[in-house]
Amino acid sequence: MKEKTISQLSIGLAAKEFSSKELTQMFLERIKKFNPLLNAFITVTNDVALVQAQAADRRRQQGLAGPLTGIPIAQKDIFCTNGVRTSCGSRMLDCFIAPYNATVVEKLNAVGMVMLGKTNMDEFAMGSSNENSFYGPVKNPWDLDTVPGGSSGGSAAAVAAWLAPAATATDTGGSIRQPAALCGLTGIKPTYGLVSRWGMIAYASSLDQGGPLAHTAEDCAFLLSAMAGFDPRDSTSIDRPIPDYVNTIKQPLEGLRIGLPKEYFSDGLDNAVAHTVEIAIDQYQKLGARIREISLPNSHLAIPAYYVIAPAECSSNLARFDGVRYGHRCNSPKDLLDLYTRSRTQGFGDEVKRRILVGTFALSAGYYDAYYLKAQQIRRLISDDFQRAFEYIDVIAGPTSPTVAFNLGERVDDPIKMYLSDMYTIAVNLAGLPGLSLPVGFVGKHPVGLQLIGNYFTEGRLLNVAHRYQQVTDWHARVPNEFT
Amino acid sequence: MSLEPIEIRKIAYLSRLDILDQDIPTYSRNLADILTLVEQMNDVDTTGVVPMAHPLDMPQRLRADEIGEISELINREYLQAIAPQVESGLYLVPKVIDY
Repeated sequence: MKEKTISQLSIGLAAKEFSSKELTQMFLERIKKFNPLLNAFITVTNDVALVQAQAADRRRQQGLAGPLTGIPIAQKDIFCTNGVRTSCGSRMLDCFIAPYNATVVEKLNAVGMVMLGKTNMDEFAMGSSNENSFYGPVKNPWDLDTVPGGSSGGSAAAVAAWLAPAATATDTGGSIRQPAALCGLTGIKPTYGLVSRWGMIAYASSLDQGGPLAHTAEDCAFLLSAMAGFDPRDSTSIDRPIPDYVNTIKQPLEGLRIGLPKEYFSDGLDNAVAHTVEIAIDQYQKLGARIREISLPNSHLAIPAYYVIAPAECSSNLARFDGVRYGHRCNSPKDLLDLYTRSRTQGFGDEVKRRILVGTFALSAGYYDAYYLKAQQIRRLISDDFQRAFEYIDVIAGPTSPTVAFNLGERVDDPIKMYLSDMYTIAVNLAGLPGLSLPVGFVGKHPVGLQLIGNYFTEGRLLNVAHRYQQVTDWHARVPNEFT
Repeated sequence: MSLEPIEIRKIAYLSRLDILDQDIPTYSRNLADILTLVEQMNDVDTTGVVPMAHPLDMPQRLRADEIGEISELINREYLQAIAPQVESGLYLVPKVIDY
């Protein structure tokens, strides 16, 4: 049962080689054994998991099982889970028991998936190393001295160490793709609006998007087919039919036009990472793809624009945490201002406070045009760059992150250096495009990710392009030594 | 761009956050670094560029503004069970109006 992908586990369950209960117990035991080493889970939901597993087994007996029925999954602790603590990695929500399920959770429950627990993350999804969690840092299963990436670091570490076959994640500036790259996984951030944000705790609402983290593109295809879809409760949800992404995954790549942005292979990119990515590109050429250089001339402005838009939206979204309706409340407030100020000061960590302050400044009187409006104009330029490129190429490829996993503590005192970890992923969120990261090799013992970017609603094509590569390579099937 | 302590205090007040005196220099430096990074945007002339608020330029769907309960189970009492302080169906806060 161990080290099997979702599609393999699905076959095993259908053939009655093992039950969902047995499968779930195996993962719960692995979590018990290895989580103290990794800190990937904030909450383990043993009881919920076993009840759901038994229900899935009954469903199978009744002949009502689908491909995901009975398959365990870890939920990022940003998704509200009814009756289960949903902390978002923050002291603010340390005692918050969500009173309802996020749409993503509902959808995965509906197909019979089994929740193993809630994974660790950077507080309110703000971070690139998972070191901003109230519950402590997560370690990278490939090298315990390094970070797993962030903000979905717990989800990535759990899947990489086979404590779960897959996990949910969210991506505002790279939080699915960068941890996928640093932990040797496949993860996809869909087109903005494809996956419902309802019940997914908001960070920057015009950028946030949920998606799956798994070992293979095929597993991501199964999961995304179940997670995506119109939701009237999310005002930015897109009303269009969701294809079964598994159906198109095997298409040949002959004639596929891949563009390599020259800006993604210049200063700041680690040489060994560049070399590994180039070998992957060669492999695509062997698979029939045509490669050409392209230019995304405003790429260097993605991080500056992001660090206005994301903090501005976060300062607004996080205003809801006031110590009144839910979340942390300070002791004996002397007046309303004191209640707000002390509850928030005690409840939020350093990086969250930093971003709230930056956002408040950018939106304050006299600065709005110079910062927020300007950033939204830059956002348009970045988006236009992509659209020009997609006139003559199908998919953009490049490194997911400029380096492999860095050491714990290495960047915590330098926010700017931390932000640069997302230099290739952020533009995709600004433009609202789908982006995928897949493992394409190692530098030493550290995995390297290749990022694929497609035009709007081309998730099927991205998963297909990743799947074909995974048919001729085995990077996605490697297991970190200590977790076999 | 650098920020004076008085400006940091003003932003902190607007954010409803308390910053200790000893932490002001660190915040001041961090925020100045971030603003310097952000100000690279000024190298580009964006005259006439339409700001992009939504990646797909879609209008936001609106719903009817109706008061109601989601279901018999998800009612006021259920949703207030997670509140720090509630009395008679109301959220309790320190006294707001003096009289």
